[in-house]
Amino acid sequence: MFDSVSFIHVLGGGALIGLAAVVLFAGIGRIAGICGIAFSLIAAPVTKQAWRILFILGLVAGSLLFHALSGQEYPPAPDTSLPLLIIGGLLVGFGTAMGNGCTSGHGICGISRFSTRSIVATLTFMAAAIVSMYVFRHLLGWSI
Amino acid sequence: MQKIIALLAGILFGAGLAASDMNNPERVQGFLDLLNWDPSLMFVMIGALAIALPCFQLLLKKQGKPYFAAKFSLPTKASIDKPLLIGASLFGMGWAIVGYCPGPAIAALGYGYSDVFIFVGAMLVGAKAQQWLTPKHSK
Repeated sequence: MFDSVSFIHVLGGGALIGLAAVVLFAGIGRIAGICGIAFSLIAAPVTKQAWRILFILGLVAGSLLFHALSGQEYPPAPDTSLPLLIIGGLLVGFGTAMGNGCTSGHGICGISRFSTRSIVATLTFMAAAIVSMYVFRHLLGWSI
Repeated sequence: MQKIIALLAGILFGAGLAASDMNNPERVQGFLDLLNWDPSLMFVMIGALAIALPCFQLLLKKQGKPYFAAKFSLPTKASIDKPLLIGASLFGMGWAIVGYCPGPAIAALGYGYSDVFIFVGAMLVGAKAQQWLTPKHSK
């Protein structure tokens, strides 16, 4: 089931993500929800945006830093046709904005706070994604 | 200090995504495809929650406030409403189609693939459209 990425990588990488959420929450009391942070930047101008910009820049830099230090190759780009790439992006943006959260905000921070809303959201998007994958890839035969 | 913490948290988050291969859409789609299942994402969640859950609980119950800010900024909504369920379902559909959720998509911008910029652009347009349709956006 695991090929190039070992068990230690996924568990350790997950722990780093958990640590990042703890640092942000313990330090400045903010939820490390990527969509919340990114979409606040494009919403009506709010004060004190600097931390959001720095978090986003850190996110990009942190991934590049890992590859530079580990020598591990970059993962591939999505193998999705242009129309589906755009539809997927629109759905992810619209859906996470509407549901106030994504995998990080609801899935990690929300569950860690024992938020019922986040637990329901996480179960919902996981189930929707698994059903969608089955329908699109296996029933409809889409190349995704 | 707040800025340094935000940058540090971002770097840790990005490194974690890259280390766990969650920036790889194929691997994420592998988790969502039960007919050809790759459990990686499940172990990433377990690793993240093993750290975050006890720490969040301790911070909320014992510490009471963050170290470098006046208070915890917590979501105010508590009810399970239609937008939550519909939004999460739409997100799940898009997530399955491409294999990116917002974190990996933004982190993967650094790899320089044009497809990632197109996806993130579409994602921001989708979010902006939702913000326009919901004038009293409470954030």
